[in-house]
Amino acid sequence: MSLFRRFFTRHVAPGVGRPGPREGGGELPPHLYGVIAEFAGSPALVQAVHRTRAEGYVVMEAYTPYPIEELNDAIGHGPSRVPLLVLIGGLVGGLGGFGLQYWASVLEYPLNIGGRPPNSWIAFIPITFECTILLAGISAVLGMLVLNGLPMPYHPVFGVDRFQLASRDKYFLMILARDPKFRAGDTFRFMETLGGVHVQDVED
Amino acid sequence: MSAVERPPVIAPGYTPASVTDKISAVVLNKTPKWWYLAFGISFMAMQLLLISMAKLLVVGVGLWGINIPVAWGVDIVNFVWWIGIGHAGTLISAILLLLRQSWRTSINRFAEAMTLFAVAAAGQFVLFHTGRQWLAAYWLFPYPNTMGLWPQFRSPLMWDVFAVSTYATISALFWYVGLIPDLATLRDRSKHIAGKIAYGMLAMGWRGSARHWHNYEVASLLLAGLATPLVVSVHTVVSFDFSVGIIPGWHATIFPPYFVAGAIYSGFAMVMTLSIPLRKLFGLEDFITMRHLQNMAKVMLATGLIVAYGYAIEIFMAWYSGNGFEQFMMKNRIMGPYGWIWFALILCNVLTPQLLWLRKVRNSVATLFVISIVVNIGMWLERFVIIVTSLHRDFLPSSWDMYTPTKWDWSFYIGSLGLFFSLMFLFIRFLPVISIFEMRTIAKGDPEGKAAGGHA
Repeated sequence: MSLFRRFFTRHVAPGVGRPGPREGGGELPPHLYGVIAEFAGSPALVQAVHRTRAEGYVVMEAYTPYPIEELNDAIGHGPSRVPLLVLIGGLVGGLGGFGLQYWASVLEYPLNIGGRPPNSWIAFIPITFECTILLAGISAVLGMLVLNGLPMPYHPVFGVDRFQLASRDKYFLMILARDPKFRAGDTFRFMETLGGVHVQDVED
Repeated sequence: MSAVERPPVIAPGYTPASVTDKISAVVLNKTPKWWYLAFGISFMAMQLLLISMAKLLVVGVGLWGINIPVAWGVDIVNFVWWIGIGHAGTLISAILLLLRQSWRTSINRFAEAMTLFAVAAAGQFVLFHTGRQWLAAYWLFPYPNTMGLWPQFRSPLMWDVFAVSTYATISALFWYVGLIPDLATLRDRSKHIAGKIAYGMLAMGWRGSARHWHNYEVASLLLAGLATPLVVSVHTVVSFDFSVGIIPGWHATIFPPYFVAGAIYSGFAMVMTLSIPLRKLFGLEDFITMRHLQNMAKVMLATGLIVAYGYAIEIFMAWYSGNGFEQFMMKNRIMGPYGWIWFALILCNVLTPQLLWLRKVRNSVATLFVISIVVNIGMWLERFVIIVTSLHRDFLPSSWDMYTPTKWDWSFYIGSLGLFFSLMFLFIRFLPVISIFEMRTIAKGDPEGKAAGGHA
C-alpha cells in the first residue's frame, strides 16, 4: 500500500510534516496526524474552510456525507485529473481496438472473401467503438480510485470515534500536522474558534 | 414545473440522518422470513438451469427444438429479451443523470443491479447456444491460438461479443463505483464484526473527503457520458445480428432504433415489476413514491408508442418494398400458423399500454404492476415473432418447417429467471437497494438535486 501511496499521492515540500523542531519555533509531537473538528451543517463547514485558508493553513481535508460542489474549490485541491486519464484510456482503447482488427485481418491472416478489401475499416468501427468505451470506462474507475489513494484499509481519521457520523449527517474538517503553519497547541485552539464541536487530536 | 401538482420525489420530513438510518436498516436488520422463501424458490429454479446446462453439454443443442430452417429459437429470444431488460438500468443511471432528473435517485441502484443480472442471464444463452463453448473461445475472442486463426471481425456476431462484454464490464464498474460510498456507510453502521470487515474491505477505505468526492463526481459523470452511447450501441449491434442478414423480416433499416426503444420499454417494465413489490415489502414507499411510478409509466407509454410505430413501419415497408418475399413474410407473420402470437403481441405491447394515458391508471399501483408484467410478456413475444416467423418460411417452400420449443427450452428460460432472481434477492439482502448518499443530497432540502450532481 505504501508503495502505491508513494507513487500516486501528491507530495508536499520535503521535510514538511516530519516530527521535530519546525522553522519559526515549536515542536511537532510524534504520532500527531492532525486536529479535527465536527460541524453540524455544510454552510458552517464551508465557512470554516474559508477561515482556515485565510489564517494561512494549506494542508487540510474536509469530510462530508455527500458531495458539496464548492468545497473542493474552497479547500484548494485544484481540478481533478480523472478526465486526462479517461482521455488517454479512450485513445489507447480506440487505437488498440482498430489496430487489433487491422493487424489480424490485413497483416497476419488476410482472407479474400468476395473481393472485399482486407482493410474493411467501416466494418471495424463497432469493435473500435466498444474498445474505446471499455478502456475509457476502466480508466475512469481505476483513475478515480488511484487518485483518491484507494484502496486504503486504514487511515488515522478512522481512529476518531465520532468520524463514523461522516457517513450520516456530520461534517468534519481536519488540519494536517504536516501543514507548515501547524503548531500543536495553537492549531487546536484556533480550531475551537471555528464554531465546530468535539475538537480533538488525530493520532497517527 | 407544470401547473398540476406532482407528488414529491421523497416524502416530506426526511433528513440526511433519517434517510441513512432507514435505508441501511434494510440491510442491517434481521432477515425477514419472506426473504428465505423467495430466495429459496429462485435458487431452486436456478438449479434447473445448471441441470439443463449439464444436459446440453452432454447431448448438444439438439436438446432444444431448433433445427433447419429455425436455427435460432427460444434461446436467442431469451438472450435478446434479457439484454433488452438490462437497458433501463443504464438509461436510468446514465442518461437521466446527465439530464439531471433527480427522481431517478431512488431507483437507479436496483435498476443498475437489474442490468447486471439481466446481462448475466443473457450471457448464458449466447454461450450455450454456440453448442461447443470450448471451441467458441477462438471463434469469438481474438487471442493468439496454435491454429493461427482469428475471428471474423466483419461479422455483426463478433461486434455483439465485444458490445455485450463491454456492456457487462462497464455496468459492473458503474454499479460498484456507485456502491462505494454506501459500503462505507454500512461499514460505519454495521454492528457485527463480520459486517464491518466485509463492508470495510469492499468500501476500500472510502472516507468521503472533499478530494474523494471531487474525483468521484468527475469519474461518475464521465462514466455516465461513456455509458450513454454504449447502451445505445449494444442493442443497435444486437439488431445488426438480424438486420445485416438478408432474411425477409430481419433485413430492415428500422431495426436499430426500434430495438433500442423496445429495450428501454421492456427495461422500464421490469424496473416497475421489481420496484412495486420491493417498496411494499421493505416499506420504502416514502422513497419510491407515486412520482417514480408515474414517471416510469410515462416512459413506458412513450417508448411503447415508438415500438408500435416500428411494427407499423415493418408492415408498411413490406408492402412498399414491392418485394414478394417481404410481402409473403408479413402475411405469414399475421395470418400464418404463428399468427396468434402476433395478435397476442399487439394486445400486450400496443393496446394494453394505451391505458397509461389515463391518470387514474397511472395512480393505481396494482394496475401498473399488471401492465408491467403484460409488457414483459409482450416484449418476449415480439422477439419470438421476429426470430421464428421470419425463419420458418423463407425463400424455398421445400425447406419450410414449424418450430416448437422443447421442455429443455423452457427449463433454460425458467432457470435463467431463477439465476436473475437469486442474484436480485442476494443483492437486496446484502447491499443497499437505494443509493443512500444520493438520497442524503435530496433529503437535505434540495429536492431537485441541483446543488450536487449526484453519482451514477
